[in-house]
Amino acid sequence: MSISFSLNGKPAATDAAPARRLAHVLRDDLGFTGTKIGCDAGDCGACTVLLDGEQVCACLVPVAQVSGRDVMTVEGLAASDGRLSDLQQAFHEYGAAQCGVCTPGMLMAASDLFKHNETPTDDQILDALGGVLCRCTGYNKILDAVKHVVRPNGVSFVNPDAGGAMGARTLKTDGIQKVDGSELFGADVAPADALWARAIRSPHHSATFTLGSFDELHAKWPGLVRVLTAADVPGNNGYGIYPDVKDQPAFADGQIRFKGEAVVALVGDYETVYGIRDEDVPVQYTPREPLFGFAGLADDAHRIHDTHPGNILAHGYVKKGDAAGAMAGADVVVEDSFATGFVEHGYIEPEAGWAQRVGDRLEITVSTQAPYMDRDEMAQLIGIPNESVRIIPTACGGGFGGKLDLGVHPMIGIAAWILNRPVRCAWTRIESMAASTKRHPSRITARYGCTKDGDLVAFDMSGDFNTGAYVSWGLTVKDRVPVHATGPYFVPHVEAKTRAIFANETPAGAFRGFGIPQAAIAHDTLMDMMAEEIGMDILEFRLRNAIRKGQETATGQLLEYSAGLDQCLEALRDPWQKARAAAEKFNAESDGVKRRGVGLGCMWYGCGNTSLSNPSTMHVGIAADGAVTLYSGAQDIGQGTNTTMMQVAADGLGIRMDKMHLVWGDTDRTADAGKSSASRQAYVSGRAAMEAGQDLRSQILRLANVGDGAAIEFGPGKLTVTDGDAVREIDLSELAADKLHGNVLVGEATFDPPATPLDEMGQGNPYGTYGFGAQVAEVEVDVDLGTVKVLHVWAAHDVGAAINPTQVEGQVHGGVAQGLGLALMEEYLPGRTENLHDYLIPTFGDVPPIDVYLIEDPEPTGPYGAKGIGEPALIPTPPAIFGAIHHATGVRMKQAPATPDRVRAAILAAGGDKS
Amino acid sequence: MPAYLRPTELGEALEALAAGGHTIVAGGTDFYPARVGRTIDEDVLDVTAIDGLRRIEDRGDHFYIGAGATWTDLIRADLPDWFRALKQAAREVGGVQIQNAGTVVGNICNASPAADGMPGLVALDATVVLGSVSGERVIAITDFVQGNRKTARKPDEMVLGLRIPACGTDASSAFLKLGARKYLVISIVMVSAVLEKAADGTVDRLRIAVGSCSEVARRLPALEAALAGKPVDASLAGLITADHLAPLSPIGDVRGSADYRIDAALTLVRRTVTELTE
Repeated sequence: MSISFSLNGKPAATDAAPARRLAHVLRDDLGFTGTKIGCDAGDCGACTVLLDGEQVCACLVPVAQVSGRDVMTVEGLAASDGRLSDLQQAFHEYGAAQCGVCTPGMLMAASDLFKHNETPTDDQILDALGGVLCRCTGYNKILDAVKHVVRPNGVSFVNPDAGGAMGARTLKTDGIQKVDGSELFGADVAPADALWARAIRSPHHSATFTLGSFDELHAKWPGLVRVLTAADVPGNNGYGIYPDVKDQPAFADGQIRFKGEAVVALVGDYETVYGIRDEDVPVQYTPREPLFGFAGLADDAHRIHDTHPGNILAHGYVKKGDAAGAMAGADVVVEDSFATGFVEHGYIEPEAGWAQRVGDRLEITVSTQAPYMDRDEMAQLIGIPNESVRIIPTACGGGFGGKLDLGVHPMIGIAAWILNRPVRCAWTRIESMAASTKRHPSRITARYGCTKDGDLVAFDMSGDFNTGAYVSWGLTVKDRVPVHATGPYFVPHVEAKTRAIFANETPAGAFRGFGIPQAAIAHDTLMDMMAEEIGMDILEFRLRNAIRKGQETATGQLLEYSAGLDQCLEALRDPWQKARAAAEKFNAESDGVKRRGVGLGCMWYGCGNTSLSNPSTMHVGIAADGAVTLYSGAQDIGQGTNTTMMQVAADGLGIRMDKMHLVWGDTDRTADAGKSSASRQAYVSGRAAMEAGQDLRSQILRLANVGDGAAIEFGPGKLTVTDGDAVREIDLSELAADKLHGNVLVGEATFDPPATPLDEMGQGNPYGTYGFGAQVAEVEVDVDLGTVKVLHVWAAHDVGAAINPTQVEGQVHGGVAQGLGLALMEEYLPGRTENLHDYLIPTFGDVPPIDVYLIEDPEPTGPYGAKGIGEPALIPTPPAIFGAIHHATGVRMKQAPATPDRVRAAILAAGGDKS
Repeated sequence: MPAYLRPTELGEALEALAAGGHTIVAGGTDFYPARVGRTIDEDVLDVTAIDGLRRIEDRGDHFYIGAGATWTDLIRADLPDWFRALKQAAREVGGVQIQNAGTVVGNICNASPAADGMPGLVALDATVVLGSVSGERVIAITDFVQGNRKTARKPDEMVLGLRIPACGTDASSAFLKLGARKYLVISIVMVSAVLEKAADGTVDRLRIAVGSCSEVARRLPALEAALAGKPVDASLAGLITADHLAPLSPIGDVRGSADYRIDAALTLVRRTVTELTE
C-alpha cells in the first residue's frame, strides 16, 4: 500500500509501514535528513515539520496520516535556486544556530507562526516556538532573528577584509548548512546498506549476569546478523579517557555497575534490531543492593571495583599557607554545606554514527567532541595501532562534555570490524540519557573567613563528588575543584580537599565546568554571607577581594596577565545597583506574594587541561591552484570553532577569511588539536591556527625575499607580494606539490599552554591562563508556590579578546541557560528521568533577556589575546540565582536544583507559612 | 506486518474493534512516546479519517467535542466564554505541535493523573460517549477515568466524543497549571473552576476540580458546598481552607513531594477562585 503526499510542493510516495513515524520515513526512506530526531516522543520539537501548514512533531505522526496532505520540511524553505528565505537568512545573520540540530525545528515552528501572524509580539513568538528545545543558544539570538523578520533591525554581521577577521562579527563558516537543512549530523550519514546496532542495557543498577544461547533468537529473527558480547571485543574490553585508565567495558563482562550499562548488542536490519524486545534476549541477572550517592563510603559497602577499597577513586588536595590558623584569627567566619545532583547534558542530538572496515583499518564517522581521543581509544578496543583507526567527525549536535567519552563507537566499531560490513547506530533519547555521562553530584562543606574590613583571610573546604560507576573524568573533577574552590578571589590561606567516589549510577564525566559550577555555589554563597555579616555591599565585597594581576592563586600561581574580574564587576556595578534598588522598591510596593531579588555570582576557570600537556597542531596549506586551506582538528560542537579558527588563521596569513577553505576534524586529514573541552579550543587551538597562518605567511615572504611588512595578494595559481616598491610574483604551479595534502606550501604550528605539575600540596601552575566572569541575576519568587522566574541576567566575562563577539555572546547566553537549568530545574535520577519530559531543561519561556558585557583583558599567550569562554559562562549563574532568591525571600538555597517544592519548603521552614 | 486500519466510516472502526486486538490511535502524542526505540508491532486502528469525528458543536443543552478534535481545534472553536478554562488548558498542553495533533479525547483515554484536559472537563461535568457495534453508552467522565492509565472503555468500544452540559451564558471559568518550567511541562498541580452566579451576585454554583493530586482529577464537594450562596467578591477565596482539600491524595514524585502538592493546591485553588471573582 503506497502512501502519496506532497513533500515541499513535490509529489512523494512511500511504501513504508503505515504506522511508521513520519520523521523516520522522511529521513531514512526518503533521504530528507534535515528533519532531526531528538527524542521520538514529542518532547524536544527538533523534528517539527508543517503538515497542511501547521507545525507537528514528525516523530508522532503515523505516515499513514499524511496521505494526500502537504508536508513541508526545512529543505522546503529556501528558494529552488538555494536562496535562503528571510527567516533562514535572519537565523544565519544573528547567530541563531549554534550546533544547528534544533534549528530545523525552530525554523518550521517560526514558519507556522508567520503563516498565522505576520506581526507577532514577543510573547506570541515564544508561544509558537516554545515546543522546540535548544540547548546551545539560550534562545536569545533565536528570538532576535525572528524579530528581525518581523521588523528588520539593521545589519548584524560583517564580512571582513584581509587582516580584519579577528574581533569581527563574521557569519559562521558553516552557517548556511545549519539553516537550510543540509548539515549532516551523526544520524544523517550512514550508507543505505549499513546494518543497525542496538544495545541491550541492564535494567538493574547493580547485578551479576550470565548470557544464555542466542540460537533461538537467531532462529526467530533471520535478520539478526550477530549478537555481540564482551567475548567479541577484539582488543582490550575497557575504555576511558585517561591513557592509563580503561575501566569501562564496551560490553559488561558479568558485572553490572549501573542501570543502562551495555550488556550485548544486536546487529542486523532495522526491523529486526528494533523489533526484538529486550526481555526476549537471554540475559539472566542476579541483582544486588545498589550503592547510590555516597553509600559506597559505608564500611560494609561492596566494592564496585576490586581495585578501589572503600569505593574511593581518588583524593584531590590544595594547601597554601595555614588555613586553620588564619581562620582562627578571622573576625568573621561563615560555614555551610551545599549539595547538587546529577545533571544531564541534554544535547538535542543523541549519540549516533556509523563504522566500516577498510582493509586493515577502521573508519568511524560519528558525532564527537574529541576525534583523536576517540581514535586512540578505539584502537586499543580493537587491538590495532592508533593510525589504523580513522575518525571522521560529523557535525556535532551539542556536546557540553557529554561527547568526550565514547558513545556509539565501541558497538559500531567492533561490529564493523568483526563483520566487515558497515554498521550504524543512533541512540534513542532514553538510552542516551541512561548511558551517557553526567555532571558529578556533589556535597561540599566550606568555610570562609575575613576581617571586619572585608579582606579574605582563609578558606577551607572538603567536597565529595559522585563519579558514578566508572572513572570517566572523575580524576579531572577531583583535581580541578580544589584549584578553583576559593572562587576568583585572593585568599592568603587555603586548604581544599576532594574525593571522587564510585556509585552504582551513571558514570559522571565531563560537563561544562568539571565540578567548578558545583563549587561556585558554595564559594559564592559564602561570599554573600560574609558580606552580609560585615555589612558590605555584595558587589563591592567581591571587587575588594577579586584576584588581580600580581597576586597568587591558591596553587601559588602568579597571575601576570589577563585577570579581568575587577573590570567585570565594575561593568556590572550600574546594573547591579539599579536592579537591587528596583527589586527592593517592587517588594515594598507588592502584596508580598511575588517578591523580587537580585544576586551576583563570580567565577574563574583555568583554560586547558589541568597541569597536563594538551597541545594543538594546525596546518594552513596553499595548493598549486592558489587554494588556501586550514586543516583544523579542533572539533566544532556548535560553539563556532570552525569559524573562529578560520578567523585567526586568516589574519595570521593575511588573507580574507572567505577566500580560505576549511578541512576539519577528520583524523586522516587534520592534526591532533586535542578535544573540544576545558574551554581550550579558542585559546590553545586558536593560537596554533593563528601561528600556522603566520608560518605560511613567513614562508611566502621568504620565498619572495621581502620583509615582514609586505602585503600578499592571493590570486589563482599565483601570489603577488608587494613590499614598498618591490612587487614579486610567485607562480605556485612551479612549486612542488609535495607538501602535506598535496599543497605547495604548508604553514604549521603547535601550541601547548604553559602549565606545570602540582606538587603534593597542590602547588604549581596548572593552567596557562584563566577566564573570569561575573553575572547578576534578577528573579521573581512566588513565595506561596516556591516558583522562581529569572527576569534578567547581566553577564560580564573577561575573554581576553573576543574573536567573534556574536559567538561569544552565544556562548554566554547558552551558558546562562544551562546554569539556570542547574540552579532551578535539572536533576537526573537514574531510572526515573530518562526522557525530556521528566528531566526538564529550560524552554524558550524560561531563559530571560541576557545582557552581555565583553571584557577584554588580553592574554598574551592566546591568539590575538583571546582565551576561553565555553565553560565560564555557566559557572556564575547558579550562585547568582541563589543569591537573588535570598535577596527576594531571605531564604538560602543550599541544594541544586532549587525546585519549587524545595524553595517552598525552605520558605516554610523560615516561618513564611500562609494564614 | 501488523494491521493498520484507517477507516473513513465509524461502522468500520467499530467492527474492527469488535473483532478485537486494535490499539486506537488519533494524534499519536501518547502512543509513540510509549514506543521509543521499538518497531510498532501491534494492530492499529487510526481514527483520524473517520468522517465527522472531529467536530466541535453546540447541541443546545450541551456542547459536543468529537473524538478527533485536537487541542488546536478546541482553541479555535467559537465557544462560550465559560470554555476559557478548557481553552487555557489546551494552550498549555505540550507545545503547539502537540496541540495541533493531540486530541482532547485522547488525553482522557490516556488517563494520566496529570492529563491537562481532565480538571476542566471534570469541573464541567463532562460525560463520555462510548460506541461499539452494540450501540452507544454515555457515562460521567469521573466514571470513565478510573485510575492511573485505567479507563472504563471496553476493548470493543471507542470513545466517540465528550458532552459538556451547557452553563448559564454569564458563567465563567479559570484554569491554573503549576509546573517547573514555562513550556512543555507536566503539571505538579492543576486547578480548574467554573462559576455560575445567582441574580443577587452570590455563588449559584462553583465547581472546582484539581488535577495531578490524585490518580484522577477530583472535585472538591465540601468546598463547593461551602462557597455556594456566598458573595462573589474578594472574600470568597478567604473561605477556602486546607480541610477542603481532603479528597486529594497526592503522591511524591520527581516533580514534587506530596506535602508540596497539597500546599500548592491550596494556593492554586484560592487563586483560581480569586481569578473568577475579579
